[in-house]
Amino acid sequence: MTSVLYDVPGPRAIARNRVLAVVTILVVLAAVGFVVYRMTITGQFSAEKWYVFTFSNVWTGIFKALGATLSAFALAAVLSITLGFVLAIGRLSDHAWVRIPVTAITELFRAVPVLVLMMLLYYGLPVVGVKMDAYWAVVLALMAYNGSVLAEVLRAGIESLPRGQREAGFAIGLRKSGVMRLILFPQAVRAMLPVIVAQLVVTMKDTALGFIITYPELLYYAKLLSSQQGRPILQSAFVIGGIYIIMCLILSGVAKWVEVKTRHSPKVKALQVDAEAVMHEGTDTELLVAQRPERKRRR
Amino acid sequence: MDVIFGNLDLWAEALSNTLLVFFAGGVIALVLGIIVGAMRVSPVPIARGVGTVYVNLVRNTPLTLVFFFFVFGYPQLGLPDLSNTMLGILAIGIYTATYVAEVLRAGINTVPVGQAEAARAIGLPFGQVMTLVILPQAFRSVVPPMMSVFIALLKNTTVAAGFAVSELAALRATVNDAADRPGNPMEVLLWVALVFVVLVLLMSWAQNRLENRWRIAR
Repeated sequence: MTSVLYDVPGPRAIARNRVLAVVTILVVLAAVGFVVYRMTITGQFSAEKWYVFTFSNVWTGIFKALGATLSAFALAAVLSITLGFVLAIGRLSDHAWVRIPVTAITELFRAVPVLVLMMLLYYGLPVVGVKMDAYWAVVLALMAYNGSVLAEVLRAGIESLPRGQREAGFAIGLRKSGVMRLILFPQAVRAMLPVIVAQLVVTMKDTALGFIITYPELLYYAKLLSSQQGRPILQSAFVIGGIYIIMCLILSGVAKWVEVKTRHSPKVKALQVDAEAVMHEGTDTELLVAQRPERKRRR
Repeated sequence: MDVIFGNLDLWAEALSNTLLVFFAGGVIALVLGIIVGAMRVSPVPIARGVGTVYVNLVRNTPLTLVFFFFVFGYPQLGLPDLSNTMLGILAIGIYTATYVAEVLRAGINTVPVGQAEAARAIGLPFGQVMTLVILPQAFRSVVPPMMSVFIALLKNTTVAAGFAVSELAALRATVNDAADRPGNPMEVLLWVALVFVVLVLLMSWAQNRLENRWRIAR
């Protein structure tokens, strides 16, 4: 798509592009080089700074912390998808007494920062006598936030379906629940699968917020390591950060793969025009809300 | 109500710090995001590559980790001292810049191909194709998602609370640790949540207004 912005470069453009390429490389090298240089002269590459990583029980600790991160992520993912379905169904309900409270709850959960939700559960609830594990504070806060975002995703998916689908469902004698379960949701989930997986990447990233409320996950362990011999804070940030980035890249890769897969599927192709307006970039569900009115306009 | 009026000084400081992180981080995000967004659509393959790597790398890094690098990692490099607030602003700016860049790129892609082709057909070079034809049209479709990015940025400022920046989400600890301050954690956090809900609703309202005003009739 971007290639339509410019012609096939002629000799002068080629020369200019070469200069720009060299400038880009130089700027990037200068920035990276400066950091590496500072790291070298402050002794960040010395053996004693990396010494802790030669111990096997440090690695056992890292794997344990990784397990804590993954278990919070897994439960939060399952719960938020479940909550997403519940809230989406509630918001699409024909009864105002269901629809209005559910809409309010969805909007509320989306407006409050996840960290404040976590803090409310972890530091706030003990005041009223409910003591909560940091694990549950992380999981429940992630569930509330991502569940409400996923509810919006699913609702957008259902609303992007052609009206005929629902009407045909009623015409063959299905009830409302049957139309939802057998006709609308399967198609909506299919069209929205890339966005749903992308939202799971957000969930994975947000488990790192558990660090702030002292849930002993990966980043917390990185901080713990930095009090070890040699104070290897940058080093543990690099090792732990690498683990985070690899996990998120894998999940993003899955999202991308699903997106390519669905795009080529003939069953979804018909919906693609509408779904694309909702998905926008396909990776950032925050954009989704903004795109909704645009989609309506298109119709 | 005591929790508000007994700690008015703390609330003022916290709110101003939150807004400082928000606005300063927003400026960095915009400037850097525009540069990276331009790199991602530029005719120079290397620049495109650098932009793509930056966006993919930072987008797949938890914000807390970016903060971790800046707040705990930066002092290790023996560079001039910066306050935690400053480092937090840098971290959040660099993180949000990737989202700004993606919104811009997506906005450019919403401009119909014919527009760029027509501009090129009348002989405009890349720079003028962008500034005279594509960007003015892209701008309109960029505004609503850009507001969403800034809403997310506002909510993300709370992460700074975990890194000793005294902003809204850090208020709980400040009030709790001081013996003579009224209010318990629950009250403080509920008020903080309310402040965020109000701010976010305000921004979504602005988003809707801007959207209606700049709607493109196509």
